[in-house]
Amino acid sequence: MSDAIEKVSIIVSKGSLEGVYPALIMANGARAEGIEANLFFTFFGLDAVHKKRFEHIKVATVGNPGLHVATMAGGLPGMSSVMTHYMERKMEKLDIPPIPEFLEMISDTGAGLYACKASVDLFELTKDDLIDQVKDIITVGEFYELAAGGQIIFT
Amino acid sequence: MPTVTYAGRDVELNGEGFFEDPAQWSEEMAPEIARAEGIDELSEDHWRVIKFMRTEYEEKGTGPTVRLLGKTSGVSVKELYQLFPKGPAKVAAKIAGIPKPRGCI
Repeated sequence: MSDAIEKVSIIVSKGSLEGVYPALIMANGARAEGIEANLFFTFFGLDAVHKKRFEHIKVATVGNPGLHVATMAGGLPGMSSVMTHYMERKMEKLDIPPIPEFLEMISDTGAGLYACKASVDLFELTKDDLIDQVKDIITVGEFYELAAGGQIIFT
Repeated sequence: MPTVTYAGRDVELNGEGFFEDPAQWSEEMAPEIARAEGIDELSEDHWRVIKFMRTEYEEKGTGPTVRLLGKTSGVSVKELYQLFPKGPAKVAAKIAGIPKPRGCI
């Protein structure tokens, strides 16, 4: 058991549904195993903790070969919303919570949610634009301090 | 497969410390298992979760995940982690003598 994972820091860099969920599932799963977990939202991943956007995270229907939708069709207006709605219904059946509820739950598990300072500056955001569960806006250096002694996962 | 003694009776555990046979479990064993998991004293709330785990297992053949526990046991996710800091579903299942709940959420 000496090589058991005791701490993970997960970086969320993408703002698509398929970019956000794996990170949330891994963070929540880590806490369920008693593993310390932190989430660091950077670049477009910030949308997942953006008050006005976190309820509207969508599936990427273009440039996503795994979806098996022709690129031209994927680019049609409304396609992303339709696919997202379809995925959300399937997830609901499996009791996978919507992103806002999931983030609240993860925060309740004691995991830390942090936003990347460079990205917050880039998108001209402030702490008020982010959901209350975000503990702090931190620099990359502070992230590494926080992540010290654990595993870092980039998604 | 290690054999350990809880409340004066031999029980078989799997490699991760969960009961091989939930029928070998009895309530008197719980405080001893809890101490080994770093919980010195079982409060009423601990017991509420442990008994809930046990009942769910008996009814459904599997213990609930943290998400389900939070939704159905009457104890919130936040409180669950305060009661069982090393993982509510996992540790409560161990103390309740049932297999580790499987599920990703």
